[in-house]
Amino acid sequence: MEVSEKRKKKAQQSATLWQVSLRLFLLLALDGFVIWFTLGAFAEGYAQLGIVVALIGGASNYIILSRDLYPLRWMLVGLIFMAMFAIWPIILTVFVAFTNYGDGHLVTKPQSIELFLQERYLPEGGSAYTWTGYINENDEYALWLQNEAGESYLAYPGQTLISGAEAEGLGELDENGIPASVADYKRLNALQVASNQTISETQFGSELDGVRIRSAREASQLEPKYEYDKEQDTLLDVETGTVYMANQGTWTAKNGATLPFGFRASVGLDNFTRFFKSSALSGPLLHIISWNFIFAFLSVFMTFSLGLIIAYIYNDRTLPGRKIIQSFLLIPYTIPSLITIIIWRGMFNNEVGVINRVLESLFHIAPAWTVEPNLAKLAILIVNLWLGYPYFMLVTSGALQAIPEDLYEAASIDGANAFQKFFRITLPMLLVSVGPLLVASFVYNFNNFNLIFLFIEGGPPIPNSPTRAGYTDILISYVYNFAFASGRSKEYGLGSAITIIIFIIVAVITLFQFKYTRMWEEVGENA
Amino acid sequence: MLKNLSFKQRIWVGHGIRWLIALVLIFFAIFPVLWVISASLNPSNSLASAQLIPDHIGFDNYKYLFETPQYPFPIWLWNSIKISTITTLLSVSITVLAAYPFSRLRFKGRQTMLKMILLIQVFPGLLAMIAMFTLITQFGAIVPALGLDTHAGLIMVYLGGAMGVNIWLMKGFFDTIPRDIDESAMVDGASHWQIFTQLLLPLMRPILVVIALLTFIGTYGDFILARILLKSTEQYPLMVGLFIFTGGEFSKKWGAFAAGALIGALPIMTIYLLLQDQIVGGLTQGAVKG
Repeated sequence: MEVSEKRKKKAQQSATLWQVSLRLFLLLALDGFVIWFTLGAFAEGYAQLGIVVALIGGASNYIILSRDLYPLRWMLVGLIFMAMFAIWPIILTVFVAFTNYGDGHLVTKPQSIELFLQERYLPEGGSAYTWTGYINENDEYALWLQNEAGESYLAYPGQTLISGAEAEGLGELDENGIPASVADYKRLNALQVASNQTISETQFGSELDGVRIRSAREASQLEPKYEYDKEQDTLLDVETGTVYMANQGTWTAKNGATLPFGFRASVGLDNFTRFFKSSALSGPLLHIISWNFIFAFLSVFMTFSLGLIIAYIYNDRTLPGRKIIQSFLLIPYTIPSLITIIIWRGMFNNEVGVINRVLESLFHIAPAWTVEPNLAKLAILIVNLWLGYPYFMLVTSGALQAIPEDLYEAASIDGANAFQKFFRITLPMLLVSVGPLLVASFVYNFNNFNLIFLFIEGGPPIPNSPTRAGYTDILISYVYNFAFASGRSKEYGLGSAITIIIFIIVAVITLFQFKYTRMWEEVGENA
Repeated sequence: MLKNLSFKQRIWVGHGIRWLIALVLIFFAIFPVLWVISASLNPSNSLASAQLIPDHIGFDNYKYLFETPQYPFPIWLWNSIKISTITTLLSVSITVLAAYPFSRLRFKGRQTMLKMILLIQVFPGLLAMIAMFTLITQFGAIVPALGLDTHAGLIMVYLGGAMGVNIWLMKGFFDTIPRDIDESAMVDGASHWQIFTQLLLPLMRPILVVIALLTFIGTYGDFILARILLKSTEQYPLMVGLFIFTGGEFSKKWGAFAAGALIGALPIMTIYLLLQDQIVGGLTQGAVKG
């Protein structure tokens, strides 16, 4: 007895020793990674990310080392992932909503200035060369340049100029000192040059000593196009003499002209007020918001109604084959919804879809499901009904069985008919238990991106909308267009602003749901 | 009319009507499925010539799926299974570990944290898609293996939602195991870790399986995050891959899509039909609690 006690104690001690060393090792590994990652983030210019990772790393150390926070150690990994990939993206969304982040505003201000300072232009005057062109078998070009001082250079695209004296592989020189060939490049004659477009569009030399052809004889050194004035915080276009000022992330001249790209900057509430100022933007947005609510409400109403009707009809245990019917009716629920949405997309195809082929042979009509806005909406609701009713069938059939039989018996004695029983007993009792699920379903459908996107990609498009918007777009698919639709300019700032509007709507509905649920719990406790 | 029938006959008329309604409903429920099965077996491969009962039956569409390099279907299927399995294992481990202290330990801020987790869960990951994209782009600049177009980056984003979804459900099941069990073990000198691994985990196994399956199904069916974060066709999971078929002339690739859809749906349908009762139980309980 005593021996076993001792052994147990010893086992416990060694376990703790093992645990301590393991913990120490994990801590060191974590800290090493966090420090390395933070440094990397700062080196890349992602200061925000660096700070966030460092904060999460610090908090993790505290949780691991503090005796009081022992319970949190159990959930440390989960907390780290939650902080990084659930909480931080929400905060980041809020940040981005107040900036102009998007195409033309992707880089930081120093990066933007740096990019402009690298731009070169072909000046009217400036140091000039006479030039001779060469071509190799791969249709690559080279230039032989001579200036007035008699110095010569060899120029390839993207390479620093090579002094003629140091150049290798030169062929025989003619009376002007021009080689007949350079390595595997052959000299072009005047006729070939005159008929050649490419050579006059090519920039020879590196970024710093670029050379371009100005005329049939002359080539010229390129010069920096922009100068940055630190004190005034302006960019001067040397070629035109225009001065550009930094205005909310856009380089703007006095006459209103802007440079092709700017930088990320805070624009305050601009993203939110743009919709009120511009009727072209607010028109589609209002349509999208109202359809979003109608779509979510009708989806919940229709799926719940059909689910309830089915559950009510087949709740009868004496019905033969009840189990088989329920299994068949459950099938839509068992297929990944993405797949079935695309199947329905094929079935609703205007020209060759099965639905129109059947309608055509029976009634000689072929509705334009994907072209007519209202028909597209109807099709979406039908598909969502198919996708959603089995869930409510399951949930309500469980809830129906929980309603005590005596209630119905008492009602029968009082002379209530079936209709009264359903609306006075069944429905109120159901709504108490299924109510929170209805709210949850509303929130789910409110953001049902998959259905809208996979079925019809938001189409048919709303004409004359300045951004891509369709008649069946809901807010979340509209946001997707801002950020990820191909061939469109990206507007991450504006997209994030709309995301925040969705956040607020969802939060209000959920708050309502929490209140409702708590009320429901209290009712349960009192009973 | 009905009044002339006997009680028994009236019951059978009722059954008959309900069976008729059921047939209409079942037709609505399974028509798309039948349609896809027939399309996948119809060698003509186009929507226009699709019939419910094809003239010829052949497996050309299935062969096409496995032999066309433009649509690397087997790779998509493998990617889906790989991503979903890894996410499920990690996610369930994270959640079950996190649920233990919420059920068994009493500490300051326990209630607040539970509520906070619920609140964060309210915002689905896809809402913050622009931020996710930015974040993973930045991760990729520092650690390319975790950046855009990597499965690791996508899995990390999925794990961000792991805590929220199932922790309440899991805590609820821990709560149903009587505390006497662990208290008596504690008297014998067992540590929390020993109680967790040797006593509670074996008792939790059935519900862990159900939660794991639900997580698997959820990850398998994700579209939007995978589409945003993965760029190259070889990295796509099945759902994003199948969407490619809708581009261009969808109606001409209908047969191949149908075959792919069936193969893709099969694992999930099997899980549901085998474990129907358990999943429904877990679903309704979790939903009502949430």
